[in-house]
Amino acid sequence: MSKRVLCAMSGGVDSSVAAALLVRQGYEVIGVTMKLWRGEDDPFAAHRFGGCCTVGATEDARRIADQLDIPYYVLNMQDEFNARVVDDFVAEYARGRTPNPCARCNEFIKFNAFYERAAELGCDLIATGHYARIEQADGRFMLRRGLDHKKDQSYVLGMLRQQELSRTLLPIGHLEKEETRRIAAELGFCVAAKPDSQEICFVEDGDYARFVTERVPELAAAGPIVDEGGAVLGRHAGLARYTVGQRKGLGISAPLPLFVTKIDAANNALVVGPREGLNREELSATNARWAFGTVEPGRAVLAQMRAHAQAVPARVESASLETFAIRFDQPHSGVSPGQMCVLYDGDEVLGAGTIE
Amino acid sequence: MQQPTRVYFDHAATTPLLDVARRAMEPYAGDVFGNASSPYQVGRAARMAVDRARAQVAELCGAQADEIVFTGGGTESDNWALLGVALRNLQTRGHAVVSAVEHHAVLEPAQTLRELGFEVDIARVDGSGVVASEEIERLLRPDTRLVSVMRVNNEVGTVQPVEEIGRLTRERGVLLHSDAVQAAGKMPLDVEVLNIDLMTLSAHKFGGPKGAGALFIRRGVRMQSLLRGGGQERGRRAGTENVPAIVGMGAAAQIARECVTPNAAHLTALRERLESGLCALPNAVINGQDAPRAPHITNVSLRGQRAESLALGLDMTGFAVGTGSACASGALEPSHVLAAMGRSPEEARAALRVSLGIGNTADEVDEFLQVLSKLLQRNERN
Repeated sequence: MSKRVLCAMSGGVDSSVAAALLVRQGYEVIGVTMKLWRGEDDPFAAHRFGGCCTVGATEDARRIADQLDIPYYVLNMQDEFNARVVDDFVAEYARGRTPNPCARCNEFIKFNAFYERAAELGCDLIATGHYARIEQADGRFMLRRGLDHKKDQSYVLGMLRQQELSRTLLPIGHLEKEETRRIAAELGFCVAAKPDSQEICFVEDGDYARFVTERVPELAAAGPIVDEGGAVLGRHAGLARYTVGQRKGLGISAPLPLFVTKIDAANNALVVGPREGLNREELSATNARWAFGTVEPGRAVLAQMRAHAQAVPARVESASLETFAIRFDQPHSGVSPGQMCVLYDGDEVLGAGTIE
Repeated sequence: MQQPTRVYFDHAATTPLLDVARRAMEPYAGDVFGNASSPYQVGRAARMAVDRARAQVAELCGAQADEIVFTGGGTESDNWALLGVALRNLQTRGHAVVSAVEHHAVLEPAQTLRELGFEVDIARVDGSGVVASEEIERLLRPDTRLVSVMRVNNEVGTVQPVEEIGRLTRERGVLLHSDAVQAAGKMPLDVEVLNIDLMTLSAHKFGGPKGAGALFIRRGVRMQSLLRGGGQERGRRAGTENVPAIVGMGAAAQIARECVTPNAAHLTALRERLESGLCALPNAVINGQDAPRAPHITNVSLRGQRAESLALGLDMTGFAVGTGSACASGALEPSHVLAAMGRSPEEARAALRVSLGIGNTADEVDEFLQVLSKLLQRNERN
């Protein structure tokens, strides 16, 4: 009997092709869309027909599943998503950090709650349309960057451990995006030319500041902009509008360009400084997750601190089951508390943690 | 490969079209295509067919033919009952009562009434989902315009004491609306016995086609029309009649009336077989078990299970059963009915609705119990 796979289908081109490839490989595929976000109450709002989780997205996914002649369901996972992802997103902002809800969604929803549902539906495996590769060698599973480095999504999967990797299929990880689109077009998928999703799915209009301040009004309160010595340089328009590293929109004229170097939520203050103020020699991370055991101190690694940033060379200072610390070979300016730091050996993921 | 549905156990969602109805409809989807308002022969023929159907539907519920207005379905009828009475009383506004376990087609218009300036009270139910007439009596006010209590609840099958409630509303000159879409064909239905002023029917719940419904409007009840701009349905509901669907509804209504006794007996026997099997499963509780219930609906909470997964697992083996109601995307929403009955979110999440039809057999029930029990065993192992 062929193995039964629960394939997450968003209605986009990647997951549609992922499902198609699994069918081609002989798996018994069940397509599902996770209904994660309720969206606006007004059914006539224009964006209801846009991104993931919308009626339009499930209609696309349903059509693809029907074309593949596989069962298709919409699973209601709104409660889990709210509790694990949205509430955390808002709480992290309130602490002056820059959260990564996609990584968190992968950790708690797509590779956890979703797997529970898969087991309940008698599936041995789950599959997604991420651009990353899972390979098996020497009795272990390893996660590697997708072959299309421009599209690589191994960063947001950095927290997968053996238990998740061993039951996950990433059918398009070895494809270039253009190849994926070509397959979709060949199969006559209506979604072949659909644009990639970009924004955080539950912030429908991309206005994070509004989303956060609707839930934590204090984050809309104006406050001081100070330099690293504490001198007041101006006023900010609510901390929700800023992230570390931001340059634009500060409204201060200074001889040298100023950047947000720190968000001091406790004092409702925005700390700014010159570019050098962003440089960090090292970072420490919590909530560590290791693909295959902790790494030894002293090991040379590549560290990636943003979804589409370049990985930079670093050395492991310390590592435990829950935390790690690394020292960069060169001082590095792209370190935002709340984001994930993923450690690589070449293109293989070693582990990940949340930047403190 | 998708598994075709072999055993259909979701008759509260919809029923297959009766052959009698299909045959009755055929001429009106073919040669007799006329507009029922047109004066020439092919229009007159359509008009005659609509009037025949009207008489058949009237007989099903003990009404006069001119008290039956055809609509686009149960949702339209429910919406119209509430909004039509409200719009008629817009000058003085006033008060309305709806039960907590009504269909959303009643609850959402009730919210609209609030937005229009009416006060609306939600009548509570007991642990079996029954709205006590005392609860309605407690909520009635001198300015109450309308009470809406369904005849049979669509999720748990509880039969509401509409007759007693109707005596109260009748005494006080308050209008009583009852959504009877789950009652028609499953139990006798008589608007005189039940003291109902407005009643919702839906064709596809009793073997008729989708897209046809009716609102019984007692003679003398003052309503406002929602659809306007034509003289159809004596000026009460504008729009060219959906003649084939109305004819199908009439044919199905006649069967629903004539066969209600044997059909109810068949359904009751099947349901008892089903429920005794369910009660033998671990952690199974029949919701609303102690209340009077319509013969075709069983709502069971399988504690510790996720009903959504069970329903999908059953689908993959060819069984169609219901859980909660689905939202626009097709995801299942938690049940407001079970919440109103005091069930915890976990119990509501564990609730499956099995609703039987006259085409179901004892063998299907037995096979269903076997498959369900296998799914439960699989989940035990996980």
